[in-house]
Amino acid sequence: MRQLVILAVVFAFIAAAPAIITSEFTQNVIIMVLYAALLGQAWNILGGYGGQFSFGHAAYFGTGAYTVAVLQVQLGVNPWIGLVIGALFSMAVAAFIGFATFRYGLRGSYFALVTLAFAEVLRILSNSVGFTGAGVGILIPLAPGAANMQFETKTGFFFLIWVLTLSSFLVVWWIGHSRFGASLAAVRDNEDAARALGVNAFRVKMGAIMLSGLFSGLAGIFYAQYFLYLDPYIAYGPAISVESLLVPIIGGMGTLFGPLLGAAALHVVSEATRELIGDVPGISLALYGALLVVMVMFMPRGLAGLLARLGVRRRAASGEMPRA
Amino acid sequence: MLEIRGICKSFGGVRASRDVTLTVPEGHITSLIGPNGSGKTTLFAQITGFLKPDAGSVHFLGEDITGMAPEAIARRGMVRTFQIVQPFTGQTVRENIAVGAHLHRASRADALARAEEVAHRVGLGDRLDLDAASLTVAGRKRLEVARALATDPKLILFDEVLAGLNPSEIRDVIPVIRDIRQSGITIFMIEHVMQAVMSLSEYSWVLNQGEVIAEGTPAEIVTDEKVIEAYLGKGMAKRIAERQGIHA
Ligand SMILES: Nc1ncnc2c1ncn2[C@@H]1O[C@H](COP(=O)(O)OP(=O)(O)OP(=O)(O)O)[C@@H](O)[C@H]1O
Ligand SMILES: [Mg+2]
Repeated sequence: MRQLVILAVVFAFIAAAPAIITSEFTQNVIIMVLYAALLGQAWNILGGYGGQFSFGHAAYFGTGAYTVAVLQVQLGVNPWIGLVIGALFSMAVAAFIGFATFRYGLRGSYFALVTLAFAEVLRILSNSVGFTGAGVGILIPLAPGAANMQFETKTGFFFLIWVLTLSSFLVVWWIGHSRFGASLAAVRDNEDAARALGVNAFRVKMGAIMLSGLFSGLAGIFYAQYFLYLDPYIAYGPAISVESLLVPIIGGMGTLFGPLLGAAALHVVSEATRELIGDVPGISLALYGALLVVMVMFMPRGLAGLLARLGVRRRAASGEMPRA
Repeated sequence: MLEIRGICKSFGGVRASRDVTLTVPEGHITSLIGPNGSGKTTLFAQITGFLKPDAGSVHFLGEDITGMAPEAIARRGMVRTFQIVQPFTGQTVRENIAVGAHLHRASRADALARAEEVAHRVGLGDRLDLDAASLTVAGRKRLEVARALATDPKLILFDEVLAGLNPSEIRDVIPVIRDIRQSGITIFMIEHVMQAVMSLSEYSWVLNQGEVIAEGTPAEIVTDEKVIEAYLGKGMAKRIAERQGIHA
């Protein structure tokens, strides 16, 4: 309950931002942080809560993004309908990859490599078929208006991503307080012990990967509508997969607020590097790699873990004062 | 209640189960004993779906459960504990037990309440909010028992829950096991601690090199020539008998 209250307060606070902050630049920063938090929270469901480290979340992101774009461009389907279809497609791709990997008991680095391979296959496919615009990419024609999910102001996009991100956080809150979440954590911590207690590990992992794919797909759909351009490298490339996992790893895997902390921190770090070094090609991937190593080595529990530790220390300190 | 018919299992050249046939009756504590490496844990793994027997079948409550998944077997009311304890580290004692409690309880609140109740029953009531990783060996063994118990099973298979405990800890846990039986749950246990077998078990099977070499009440077992030889080596039964003759 306490977590839900904090969640409500944090998101209410964020919702007030567009009314206070009128600068388009700053509004864009908040939008991109919320978007990264959604991407990270999606990965966190499967990786953080389920312990299944995917290196190929671009598979779901790209499927969502391409679905909404291709439906609009090739078939003239409204993006709001495209959002529903895209989310379902992302989930279906996740179900397929989940089935193919969990059925055969792939774990650890095998699972990671196979998910990476699936994302790469999709990238190559989208690069070679015509209806995705192949290597040239696909441009969603400009048609401003909320009805076309192309808001005329940043505020419109802000509330779209606010709703999507909040919904992912609510689902993760529920995971932390449900039988599904307890089973998922049990499978993560010891699959054999979980199964001995009646947990259907396969079904639980399938549920996690499908939820994960759903939210990753929603992030992709948002991306497509916000930037109106996709190519195979943007949609299915490794950068999205790495960003998906880096956000919760920085923020704290398996925690509700980790992805939000991680998204904000990652944004600050990337902006700072851009200021210092400039737009060198490939610099962001190099930076991500370095961050990943640092986090895994020195802060395995992420920023959320650090905050928790500081909280404990402060409480311990104030507890000692009367005695001193 | 549980029937094992002609189970065979080999690992390469090692024959871990050789035509094992036995029937565990409902409402009692029975036990499986035997020297190290005689195939006890392997038999448990086959009964609970973690390993598939090469031949033979397992029947539980009249149903053939051979080759079923562990979770399906647990749902039918048979759960096992692990000789090498398998706690969900990073989770509290309460959360660990709640995983078991969730088997027949969808609500989180119900499962947590049940976990608390079970923890008190096995003597972990004062450690509910500790990380399972911080428990002592004895505490972890209790946790194994608690998680299994929380699933509301009909039959529990304990794999050496007393191993590694000191005599006073063993004295503490024995009443817990007896209390579980008293509450109507059938127990089939692997045990090395003879003190426990003698005081708890009503009937035992003895495995040696994958084969059932004797069965009977504990009193019958400990005087069985084949059992003594299996544990102490060839010719020991005769020597013991001779020495007893001299002392008599
Ligand atoms: N997965 C496996 N692969 C290969 N051999 C195995 C495997 N599991 C067990 N064995 C072998 O099967 C035999 C029986 O092992 P098991 O663990 O069932 O014995 P146990 O009676 O439980 O012994 P202990 O009293 O030491 O627990 C041993 O020789 C063991 O080495
Ligand atoms: Mg054993």
